[in-house]
Amino acid sequence: MAGNALRSAIVNLLRKWRLSINGQDKFKAKEVLRVAAALKKDTRMFSSGMQTVTLIPGDGIGPEISTAVMKIFEAAKVPIQWEERNITAIKGPGGKWVIPSDAKESMDRNKMGLKGPLKTPIAAGHPSMNLLLRKTFDLYANVRPCVSMEGYETPYADVNLVTIRENTEGEYSGIEHVIVDGVVQSIKLITERASKRIAEYAFEYARNNKRASVTAVHKANIMRMSDGLFLRTCREAAEKYKDIKFTEMYLDTVCLNMVQDPSQFDVLVMPNLYGDILSDLCAGLIGGLGVTPSGNIGANGVAIFESVHGTAPDIAGKDLANPTALLLSAVMMLRHMGLHDHARRIQTACFNTIRDKKALTGDLGGSSKCSEFTEAICQQLGYIE
Amino acid sequence: MAAHSAAFSMAKIIKPFWGGLTGNTVKVFGTTVTSQRSKTVLTPPPAKYGGRHTVTLIPGDGIGPELFNHVREVFRFSCVPVDFEVVHVNSALETEDDINNAITAIRRNGVALKGNIETKHTMPPSVKSGNNLLRTSLDLYANVMHCQSLPGVQTRHKNIDIIIIRENTEGEYSSLEHESVSGVVESLKIITRNNSLRIAEYAFRLAREKGRRRVTAVHKANIMKLGDGLFLQCCREVASGYPDITFDSMIVDNTTMQLVSKPQQFDVMVMPNLYGNVVSNVCAGLVGGPGLVPGANYGRDYAVFETATRNTGKSIANRNIANPTALLLASCMMLDHLKLYDNATLIRNAVLTTMNETRLHTADIGGQGTTSEVVQSIMRIIHSKGQHTANI
Repeated sequence: MAGNALRSAIVNLLRKWRLSINGQDKFKAKEVLRVAAALKKDTRMFSSGMQTVTLIPGDGIGPEISTAVMKIFEAAKVPIQWEERNITAIKGPGGKWVIPSDAKESMDRNKMGLKGPLKTPIAAGHPSMNLLLRKTFDLYANVRPCVSMEGYETPYADVNLVTIRENTEGEYSGIEHVIVDGVVQSIKLITERASKRIAEYAFEYARNNKRASVTAVHKANIMRMSDGLFLRTCREAAEKYKDIKFTEMYLDTVCLNMVQDPSQFDVLVMPNLYGDILSDLCAGLIGGLGVTPSGNIGANGVAIFESVHGTAPDIAGKDLANPTALLLSAVMMLRHMGLHDHARRIQTACFNTIRDKKALTGDLGGSSKCSEFTEAICQQLGYIE
Repeated sequence: MAAHSAAFSMAKIIKPFWGGLTGNTVKVFGTTVTSQRSKTVLTPPPAKYGGRHTVTLIPGDGIGPELFNHVREVFRFSCVPVDFEVVHVNSALETEDDINNAITAIRRNGVALKGNIETKHTMPPSVKSGNNLLRTSLDLYANVMHCQSLPGVQTRHKNIDIIIIRENTEGEYSSLEHESVSGVVESLKIITRNNSLRIAEYAFRLAREKGRRRVTAVHKANIMKLGDGLFLQCCREVASGYPDITFDSMIVDNTTMQLVSKPQQFDVMVMPNLYGNVVSNVCAGLVGGPGLVPGANYGRDYAVFETATRNTGKSIANRNIANPTALLLASCMMLDHLKLYDNATLIRNAVLTTMNETRLHTADIGGQGTTSEVVQSIMRIIHSKGQHTANI
């Protein structure tokens, strides 16, 4: 995949600089230098050198699990260097809350980010950090692949689905008014633009990850216009991706079938609220937020992968945390970047360690420390090709 | 109303006539009159004539018609003193006449058994969901669903016993939508203090009646601070009047996660409309599927009984494989509501015996029985109890 992308990138650049690629034209040295410089700038991703990723350790157990992930990546010799940044809300010009400019600049430059859990202090006057990040980078899709883990048994052994949730609008627009005393109205906003974006992303994701079908989850029998618009946009997007099967299902039917037989679902795409509930439902099926990876895809190629559990202040700093969620999110990031081989190795090592049950952390049912768990994974990496 | 005014005028006449002698009597009389007049709407009298009740029956679409035939068969066989007034609703029509007829019939009889009416969303958005229209017009504000693990049904989780009370008229189902600009649609979610208090009051009263210890409110007030915040506040207010019952709250995504890992922790749950939809479907799935759980919609004056998950079951219609349990249990709930307790217990026990002991299951719970086999088995059990039964 990297080879093809590199080739097409070069061809595009040559076209951009209006240089022909057949043998007849003679390239001048200056043009070649320009192309080389442009290549270096635009295709850093595909250079055989190191790729830089912004790392946001977060609060609570964030720093220790980030260290664990960095250690495992080092042991696996992944060509990534980390740029650590901190995210806090600061009041920018115009009174709007923004994230620190160095963090923003780092993300914009690197495009890939890995984030630990962030604390949202109550009554701090600023919106939640996650919301701020979402608005800053226009993170419109939240992707959560849920795969049953061997070794961490739940009553559901055959889960293998992905929930793709629209992350910017819908019921979470935050537009609420008190109409009269005792009557509150909350507005759910669905736009064609956002629905189109998420639908196309869902099909793109399905194609890139070789998934067979995409199911749109909706409640168009009740919310005729809003979910009707969402559904129509999904149908239109489905037309462009004939190789992928498209179905639509009511939210209640999905919930009903999900707890009875989750193996029938593949990729699910839905608006914000349903996505929130369903993605957490699916996380519960495979074992909870402590083992679920999550990725947020934004406009302009930005992608931030994160662990969705809380900061767990009660075990922070005690080397008891479970880094699985952040590790699997980092694996997701590797896949997104095209480093499939490294992703496969690290994921296999992680699953093997959990299956062996020799060094599990407290939440997985064991009594090992975070560092021991990390060490076990690093050891496993040695056994995997 | 005529009786009231006559009584009132009588009081006026009697008072000066009898003077102090029967002053107390007159005062009592006056109090009775005032309390009757403070009710703005009369509760309709029960539709009972000659000892037989009349109940509206709306077969709906999909598996409704065939399953209701079985229900009527069982009722006739067990000599239940209930007559059905059948009202058909054609979901393919764009006008609301059919639904309005159904609503009038329910107003007339007070009680109804209902199948799910399909909402074709290929029709223009002005055609509202028939089911929703019915619920809002009759103000059936509480949807009650009791999810219990049945010993005869194989499920991943055991010992589930949850009562779900869902606000049935407002919230996200207000059907108030508009397209302000082309490509931008707004849908309004309405939460009112009155309805929230009403549903909370219903939940706590039911919990107390059934001897339940804990009520959990499900919400998303961290995001929808005003809307769900109001709901939560109303629940807390009502909870303070029931100190014997523990009240706690949980965010809806955490709730679904807890439901699939440890559903035994929940007792009674109360929530607004949409979360109710999600949670009730999750719970129905946990105890064995849509074919097993009955649901009831209660209003102040009317009650409508149906399956809890409200499925049309189009794909299994007319193939004799649908599970009649949910509808039969719903009709038993209806009989309880009509105070025909003996009939209700008889049929309910027969259904549960078939489910748990003879293990005659339909395809949806992993068996191979047909609907008619299950119904025959139920009728055999009713017959064996020695009750008076009709000839088939």
